[in-house]
Amino acid sequence: MTAVAEETPRARTLSLEVPDWPDHRAGQHVDVRLTAEDGYRAERAYSIASAPGEPPAITVELLEDGEVSPYLVDVVREGDVFEVRGPIGGYFVWSPEAGGPLLLVAGGSGIVPLRAILRHRRLSGSDVPARLLYSSRTLEDVIYREELAGADGASEVVLTLTRDRPLGWTGRTGRVNVELLADVAWPAGDEPLAFACGPTSFVEVVAAGLVELGYDPARVKTERFGATGGR
Amino acid sequence: MPISRDFRGRRRREAEPDRLPPGQYLTDDFPVLSAGPTPHTPLDAWTFRIVAGDEERSWTWDEFRALAAETVTSDIHCVTRWSKFDTTWEGVSVDTLLAEVEHDAAYVLAFCDGGYTTNLPLEDVTGGKAWVAFGYDGEPLDPEHGGPARLLVPHLYFWKSAKWVRGLELRDEDEPGFWETYGYHMYGDPWQEQRYSGD
Amino acid sequence: MEALDGNAIAGLLHDVFGAELTVAATVCGHCGAHAVVAECEVYLGGPGAVARCRSCRGLLAVFVEVRGVTCVDLRGLASLVV
Repeated sequence: MTAVAEETPRARTLSLEVPDWPDHRAGQHVDVRLTAEDGYRAERAYSIASAPGEPPAITVELLEDGEVSPYLVDVVREGDVFEVRGPIGGYFVWSPEAGGPLLLVAGGSGIVPLRAILRHRRLSGSDVPARLLYSSRTLEDVIYREELAGADGASEVVLTLTRDRPLGWTGRTGRVNVELLADVAWPAGDEPLAFACGPTSFVEVVAAGLVELGYDPARVKTERFGATGGR
Repeated sequence: MPISRDFRGRRRREAEPDRLPPGQYLTDDFPVLSAGPTPHTPLDAWTFRIVAGDEERSWTWDEFRALAAETVTSDIHCVTRWSKFDTTWEGVSVDTLLAEVEHDAAYVLAFCDGGYTTNLPLEDVTGGKAWVAFGYDGEPLDPEHGGPARLLVPHLYFWKSAKWVRGLELRDEDEPGFWETYGYHMYGDPWQEQRYSGD
Repeated sequence: MEALDGNAIAGLLHDVFGAELTVAATVCGHCGAHAVVAECEVYLGGPGAVARCRSCRGLLAVFVEVRGVTCVDLRGLASLVV
C-alpha cells in the first residue's frame, strides 16, 4: 500500500502498488486477503476505484461489525503489504465502446466501481451521456463528493440522503424507489445502459424499478455488496 | 504468503485456554452464514417429523410447543474458527421427541426447509446432548439464525446444528449431509479439530 | 443473510476454471432459467460458496475448499457455456 487518502470519516482510498499489474477495466474488483500471524485468514472483495491507466486503488468503508474493513481503514499504513487477487470481473464493466446513455445508481459504498466508470469516461474523453443517482445515509458519508460534483463527474449527479440531512438541504431525501428512478433515469426509449451497485436489497429495488420503467433487463447490470462485512 | 501486520480478524476476546477448542477464537459476534435464502414457513404449515422407515411421527407447531422445553446454556463452535461462549437457548430435547418413536437406528439425518441436511450418530443427539431450539437469548429464534426452530447440538461444530430443521430421518447407516458430501467431517468434534474428512 | 451475486465468486471461479466466468451463460437444471453467472444468487455460507438460480432458488453449484483443493459440484446446472 503506497498511500492512504481519507474520503469521509469512515472511508479511505488505498493506493496500491501491485507487481505485474496488468491494467484493469472500469468496474472490476480485487480480492484482498489478510493473513494474521497465527495463520488466520480473511478475504473480501473491493471494487477498484481508479480508472484504467491509473494505478490500482480501492476505497474501503468501515463497517462496524466488519472483520476486514476496520483493519484496512484504521490499521493499515503506507508500506504495509497484503495479498491481492485480480483484477477480476467481466460483467460489471464499462468502456466507451459499450456506449450509453449511462445510468449509474449507487447505494452507499456501491459508488466505488461507478466512480471508476466515471473517471474512465472522463479520462478517455468519451462523450457518452451519464447520470448518477447516489443514495447515501448522510452527506458526510458521500464519497468523492467534490469530484462527482465537479466537471469530472457525470453529466448529472443526483444525491439522495436517507438518514440525516444538513440544515438547509434542498436536495432529495429518502430511499431510491421506482418514483425517484422515474424522475431521474434516462427514458427507456433512449436504450440506456444501467449499472446498479450497493447492498443487495438496494440493488433489487433499483433493478426491479428500472425494468418496470421499461429498461431492457440485459442492459441493467448489477453488483451486490453484502449488507454487512462486504463480500 | 505475506503476513498482514497486526491483523487479527473479528473482535476477539481472551478465553480460558481449556474452554476454547483448538484453532478457535472467541468472539461476541454471532455471524449469519447460510447456504440459501432464509425460509419463511408459516407456523400453521410447520411440522416437525421423525421418520423411521415406514413409521412417522409428526408434530404441528402447537403440538411441538406444548412439549416440555428447557433452557440450555452452552458454548458454540463454528468451523469458520469462531466460538461464542454461554449462549442461551430454549428448546425441546431431542430425547423427548425420539421417545415417541420406536426404532433401532444408529444414525440420524436432519432435514430442513430449503433442502439442507446434516448427519449425526444417534448417540450424539440423545442423552441430553441435543435440542430442537425455538428460542435464543430469551427471544423467539430469529429467522436469520434458524427460526422458527433449529437443531442445537453444541458439542459438535455448529454446521451440525441445522437451521430451519423440519425433522430427523432415522437410519442404519451414516450418510453424508450437505456439507459433509463436499468434504466436511462426518462427525465434527471441535475438540479433535475434525473440520474436514480425514481430520 | 442477503444473497450476493456471481460477481462475489468471480475470483474463486477464475482460480478454479482459469477463466473469467462472470459472463458465462448458465441454464438452471431445475427450472430451465437462463442467466449469466454474475446474475446468479450466491451465498457465502461459511464452509463454502453456494450458487442458486435467481428464479427458482434451486441449487446450481457448490464450491468447497478443503486443504487447498476446491471441490466443485455443478450438478444443478443444465449447462454452463464459457
